[in-house]
Amino acid sequence: MSTSTAPDARTKPVQRPGDRVFFGLSYGAALLILLTLAGVAIFLTVEGIPGITASPDEVKSGERFLPYVGPLVFGTLLAAVIAMIIAVPVAIGVALFISHYAPRRLGATFGYIIDLLAAVPSVVYGAWGIAFLAGQMVPIYQWLEDNLGFIPLFAGPASATGRTIFTVAIVLALMILPIVTAICREIFLQTPRLHQEAALALGATRWEMARLAIFPYARSGIVSAAMLGLGRALGETMAVAMVLSASGVVTFNLISPTNPSTIAANIALSFPEASGLSVNALIASGLVLFVITFVVNFAARAIVDRRKEFSGAN
Amino acid sequence: MTSTIEPTRPPRRRDVLDDLESRKLPTSAARIVVGIALAVVVLGVVGGLGPAKSVVLGWLVTFALPLWSRVVEGSRKATDRLVTLLVCSAFGLALIPLASIVWTVVSKGAPILGSQFFTYSMRNVVGEGGGIYHALVGTLLITGAATVISVPIGLFTSIYLVEYGEGKRMASAIRFLVDVMTGIPSIVAGLFAYALFVLFFGEGVRMGIGGSVALSVLMIPVVVRACEEMLKLVPNELREAAFALGVPKWRTISKVVVPTALAGIVTGITLAIARVIGETAPLLIVAGYTDSVNFNLFDGRMATLPVFAYSSIRNPGVPPEFALDRAWGAALVLLLIVMLLNLIARLVSYLFSPKGEK
Amino acid sequence: MKSTTLRKTAPAAAALTLLVGLSACGAGNEDSPSDGGSSDGVSGTLNGAGASSQEAAVAAWKAKFQSANPDATVNYDPSGSGAGREQLIAGGVQFAGSDSYLDEDELKQLKDKCASDVVEVPTYVSPIAVIFNLDGVKDLNLSPATVGAIFEGKITTWDDDAIKADNPDADLPSTKITPVHRSDDSGTTKNFTDYLDQASDGAWTGGAVETWPVKGGEAAEGTSGVVQAVTNGQGTIGYADESQAGELSKAAIKVGDDFVAPTTEAASKVLDSATPVEGRDATDLAVDVDRKSTEAGVYPVVLVSYQIACQTYSDEKVAELVKSWLSYVTSDEGQTASNETAGNAPLPADFASKVKTAVDTIKAAS
Repeated sequence: MSTSTAPDARTKPVQRPGDRVFFGLSYGAALLILLTLAGVAIFLTVEGIPGITASPDEVKSGERFLPYVGPLVFGTLLAAVIAMIIAVPVAIGVALFISHYAPRRLGATFGYIIDLLAAVPSVVYGAWGIAFLAGQMVPIYQWLEDNLGFIPLFAGPASATGRTIFTVAIVLALMILPIVTAICREIFLQTPRLHQEAALALGATRWEMARLAIFPYARSGIVSAAMLGLGRALGETMAVAMVLSASGVVTFNLISPTNPSTIAANIALSFPEASGLSVNALIASGLVLFVITFVVNFAARAIVDRRKEFSGAN
Repeated sequence: MTSTIEPTRPPRRRDVLDDLESRKLPTSAARIVVGIALAVVVLGVVGGLGPAKSVVLGWLVTFALPLWSRVVEGSRKATDRLVTLLVCSAFGLALIPLASIVWTVVSKGAPILGSQFFTYSMRNVVGEGGGIYHALVGTLLITGAATVISVPIGLFTSIYLVEYGEGKRMASAIRFLVDVMTGIPSIVAGLFAYALFVLFFGEGVRMGIGGSVALSVLMIPVVVRACEEMLKLVPNELREAAFALGVPKWRTISKVVVPTALAGIVTGITLAIARVIGETAPLLIVAGYTDSVNFNLFDGRMATLPVFAYSSIRNPGVPPEFALDRAWGAALVLLLIVMLLNLIARLVSYLFSPKGEK
Repeated sequence: MKSTTLRKTAPAAAALTLLVGLSACGAGNEDSPSDGGSSDGVSGTLNGAGASSQEAAVAAWKAKFQSANPDATVNYDPSGSGAGREQLIAGGVQFAGSDSYLDEDELKQLKDKCASDVVEVPTYVSPIAVIFNLDGVKDLNLSPATVGAIFEGKITTWDDDAIKADNPDADLPSTKITPVHRSDDSGTTKNFTDYLDQASDGAWTGGAVETWPVKGGEAAEGTSGVVQAVTNGQGTIGYADESQAGELSKAAIKVGDDFVAPTTEAASKVLDSATPVEGRDATDLAVDVDRKSTEAGVYPVVLVSYQIACQTYSDEKVAELVKSWLSYVTSDEGQTASNETAGNAPLPADFASKVKTAVDTIKAAS
């Protein structure tokens, strides 16, 4: 083909048209992402600022913006953090099981099932959360209140319907589990085989092999996967809105019917009936969520970057 | 500590030798413990302890294996067995609720699936009957268009990040911003897409393609992240070998790097599609809702399966059963679509991946 | 090579088959649109948006209306009252559904947009039932003050003296009361709190609002969410559209000296005693419901939902379409149709004729 001419021996590297076009495409795509994000940020800021500066009697909440959004931020973080605590270790375990522990054929089948679950619409997770999970949690919450009520987390009174922030966190954990698992699994499968075999040949147990030859390579990928999951947990709308018995309070009590709401759920719950400046206030709360994601990702990046990233392409 | 357990052992030697010569559990040890655990579960259920408590009890019994191993084999093997146990438990723990969700969807959605359900729309249907044809068409078109928009952008961005951007500020900025982009709540993406289309088409615009744009905003970061991780794992030796043969960089990328990572990339794209195909809020804002079939992405409202399911659940009318049945049916069809996508993705990666070391 | 050809063509062929399969046929129940004006009736596409409370009723109206006018298509986005009104004012839709009437500000904006008067008519009146789930208790009488105190969280057990006083014969357990309210903003909440505000003699202090004002208690999304929460819990009490209450017990509310159960007949009567909002045009039939009514057989806890449109449209076809749509919706036939599938209270005859007069004024701008 036209490009297969041998490079001539000049000192300057050859710039083929194909290369230039390809680089242009890649660079353009990257710029487009910047542009989109800038667009979203501008949209949120322009529409949100009137909501931030609105006086209490102009918006439905009847509060200034900060006291209004504060409890929502708290609820968003609380639900997402609990969800991550549940989901990430389990996801890594499941991914490891599929990639290295289960028989190959079985692992592929299970991986397939897990992939499917990423597709269940959030409405279904919500419906399942109300119809099944919440009911199952009621006796557990009751037990927690009776036996561990001295811990503020379980102070109660236990919810009679089980639709608490903890139930929401479990639903969120289930929603992010497939996506985190799927990415972790792919990464575990792609780690260099030779290293693993060498480790085993030297007499390492399977766990030592995983620690020495899998995790170091997979660390940045695991963090990426977790961030994807966290993004979804922070921004999940419908499932939270459907399951949570939200009252807009600040409390660490995980099992009572009175729970903090989350930003995304609050937007979904209030947006349809909102008009005028209340809409701006809601968009401003979206801006706050955006900033939270920004900060969380920044922190995560900082942690990952302290260790040199592994990349086949470095 | 170890000395109290095995007082007769000779002085400690190097770990590996120790490992080769020391005592081991019989190979059937794991099977024995699991068998006992299962027996405990069965006994618990028969004894009226309730299935949940019995399973927990059985699970606790399995911890006997690492303990036993600690006594006989020493700490290294015991840790290994403990981790194996934990990994398997994690899997079991994840599988129970996920199986419950799938079972709920299948058992509630399956009865309604029939030829009428797939070929009828909801136009002029009240109460019983009707189908999801309009929503199915809408979902396929809107998600398809979103994929067409997102995959090239996402793939090329990840190529930039891995192949060109190494060490550049721009690349780390983009990597960071892509992470941030994953945190855009879906409803905000919808509002953004709506605002964008209002700029061009005026108030009240409702277009399927608007939904695709909103979905792309959600989908692109997932594609980029997944593709980037996969491209990074392609060994440098392959690239260097190609360069050494005088292959231009762009052909190295398109013929060597991307095909090597293809299986992972395709999985990533499938995941990204799965992530957005069930979105409700943004589509309700931009694509609207209709009872009739609409094939034109660029004109008028389009129904989609999640929006259909959501509105059926929220306002089922009287009696509610028919609408609820249709909602579960729609959810099941969504699941089937993604299953099909997964199959296709597997086929594609099987056909296009370089043969050889598997 | 054979395999490469296969590799290249297979996906393309699959995609092609899918496309052809998709575009080949419309839905089994949809006629292909006729080209000429062969059929009578109006034609075109009518877009509306607004209150989700009306959605089930709109579905019924749409079906009948489109059957009668095969060339017409009506779309309704159940995106919420506020969103519906905003869209109408912005010119994005031709009519809006709303759980509350336009306020002065919005009315002015909409008049500017329409360059004419505004037609605002009640289309969907639905009784809001106080539903409860309490073992062994099927019938319950409640006075407005008691309802207010329960939802405010001041009455906490079912054997409270205030509840006993209204139900001397009932065997009330000492179960804890769990009040369930809507977690989303809604017209139902607005109408319910408006009732409590006016009728509970100060027992309710939250005012008439769309967002539930009391922190605490159980919250659930949407009517179906409240119904589900009340059903799943024990000792729960909530408020929901009567038609969606299902098997749950509904409390009778004290009106005057009687206790009235939530029925569509009792709800219909509310419109007759309602007072028109002051300073509105003849075509604007916004009303304030008399929540303190003492008339026999009236059930004052109702949701009144409107449809709002312009009086004149620049396009003659659109004007025709809106007019015949609203005429059908508010007609006897339309109201009966929605009553069957959405369980709303049909407009009373006197009121319906006023509505008809208002709707008949819709016309194309000359």
